[in-house]
Amino acid sequence: MTMSGSARPEEGSKTPHPKPRIAVLKLASCDGCQLAFLGLGDKLLELSGQVEIVHFAEAGPLGPLTGLDITFIEGSLSTREDRDMVLSVRKESRFLVTIGACATSGGIQALRNLASGPLLSSLYPSPEVIDFLDQSTPVASLVPVDLELWGCPVTGDQILGSLRSLLFGALPPVQTDKVCLECKRRGIACVTVTKQIPCLGPVTLTGCGALCPSFDRGCYGCFGPAENPETSSLARSFSGLGLTPSEITRRYLFINSNAPAFLKEGRRWQGGDSHE
Amino acid sequence: MTEESRGFLERERFRELFDRLVLRGYQTLAPVVRDGTIVYEEVSGPEDLPRGLRDLQTPGSYRLEAGESGRFFSWANGPQALKPLLFAPREILWETRRESDGALSFSSSSPSPRPLAVIGIRACDLSALALSDRHFGKGPFPDPGYALRRRDLFLVAVDCSHPADTCFCVSTGDGPEAQSGFDLALGELDSGFLVRSGSEKGRELLRELSLPPPESSMEEALKRQADQARSSQTRRLPSRNLRNALASRPDHPHWNNLAARCLSCGNCTSVCPTCFCFSEREEPALDGHSSLHLREWDSCFTAGHSYIHPGPLRGETRFRYRQWLTHKLDYWHDQYGRSGCVGCGRCLSWCPVGIDFTEDLPLLLGEPDGH
Repeated sequence: MTMSGSARPEEGSKTPHPKPRIAVLKLASCDGCQLAFLGLGDKLLELSGQVEIVHFAEAGPLGPLTGLDITFIEGSLSTREDRDMVLSVRKESRFLVTIGACATSGGIQALRNLASGPLLSSLYPSPEVIDFLDQSTPVASLVPVDLELWGCPVTGDQILGSLRSLLFGALPPVQTDKVCLECKRRGIACVTVTKQIPCLGPVTLTGCGALCPSFDRGCYGCFGPAENPETSSLARSFSGLGLTPSEITRRYLFINSNAPAFLKEGRRWQGGDSHE
Repeated sequence: MTEESRGFLERERFRELFDRLVLRGYQTLAPVVRDGTIVYEEVSGPEDLPRGLRDLQTPGSYRLEAGESGRFFSWANGPQALKPLLFAPREILWETRRESDGALSFSSSSPSPRPLAVIGIRACDLSALALSDRHFGKGPFPDPGYALRRRDLFLVAVDCSHPADTCFCVSTGDGPEAQSGFDLALGELDSGFLVRSGSEKGRELLRELSLPPPESSMEEALKRQADQARSSQTRRLPSRNLRNALASRPDHPHWNNLAARCLSCGNCTSVCPTCFCFSEREEPALDGHSSLHLREWDSCFTAGHSYIHPGPLRGETRFRYRQWLTHKLDYWHDQYGRSGCVGCGRCLSWCPVGIDFTEDLPLLLGEPDGH
């Protein structure tokens, strides 16, 4: 965590200051988290009045990645090029923020970390032209990250809330609550209790507003493990709801398979071992 | 103490109760079915109620099904009752604004609620209300939002005739019949309702309804019904007063058995009608000139609840579960003169892994190596 240095003075001074410089970058990803920026609508216009958006491919600007106040990175480290870019941009950024499951845990493509056998040749006709790293890994595995925003994708509220704090020069409070608390605050009936639907909500970080349970679906764990995730007890209850060990493994090894808590529990049930 | 009036409201005249409340300016909430559960929402009349439905509740499971009676209240409870109406799950407490001269100004956000009438409140939830009144509404600093919403609340209670399998209000002394804290209370029979008043407001409304007096056979039928409701409850607490019984056993090995199952998800505390913990946070506006101060339901199962530099005092689930149960059943007595459990059984039903603390309590109170 790099929290040294004072806040960029924004107020109380007569001399004009340059606007904070912001970049939004992507590594291996689907661009969905960048869309969370674009989906801000009017707020994005308001934001562009307050900051200089130096680099944001999805929105147009492709300026140089130097002297940055806040850099948002989407996507996982998947190629050498990704690695070089992150190493370079870290040096140029006061705050480095990962946005989404890929940048924060390695993303759905981290499933390839678990694959055995020749993956490339089974997928591509000319695998020799593809140059990628052995594993898909989160940005924090390479450089210090100041703030991690989980989600698949992240939401506009997460971006705005954290951005405002960072513009003040402070890290925002980190959300650690579980999806269950959000379901209860929103008055959403528990899908497990009322319909026996397996749901990752009890071990997953909130931030989505309990989106899936509000549509009668169990949580998919897009926002990664919450604080103190009791993955084993939940897995045993999934078993009680009729999921097979391999189905339990797939629940955990999905969007955030590389997040340690999910990886551990998913592996525990691999090969039919229920560890009762 | 207001003198109690009584009358008999035929089922065909049930609508008149709703109409009277509307005439008095109340927004009227009553039980309705939503997403397979019974919740309290605004209704236009008895036709919106879950008539004939029964709730099948077991630890970790809640299901509604058609029952045999055509009654309006042949079910025990849903996930919530009065708590979210008074202690909002999320509300803005104040807004901070930075003026042009740099000074900060604060404006409190007082809700201006419409007077609310709630039909169908059970004895357990009335007991819980009395506790949250003590917590939020009394003392030198009553919670302004709570007090405002509470002030004009009109409560129509219903004696519980069909406790769920998870209910144990008899053992906590809170039910199944409404004892106090209501404006009107209904005892439901197949032919209608025996209505009794519990406040001056209730007496007035009862007078407006101009009901015939109940027959003694009705009173007897209701008494039999209540006895049946009482005897149908199989779960119980070992004692109403467990003061010092749990706090003196912090290292009992059974806490670990509970922790091995507990998800630390906070569902139990969220549905508990007496749990009142909250957290607060700022939501700054993008322009950096104002910020909303929000309050949200929190839980003793979160890390933030016990956070003191350099980290949470209760990092592990076993400490959190122990904190919850020990506070609820044990040292709540020191704070409020009674246990914090009203026997509604919601924490059993709505626990995703079905922890039933009425089964665990005897083990926690027994000798570590057995009984």
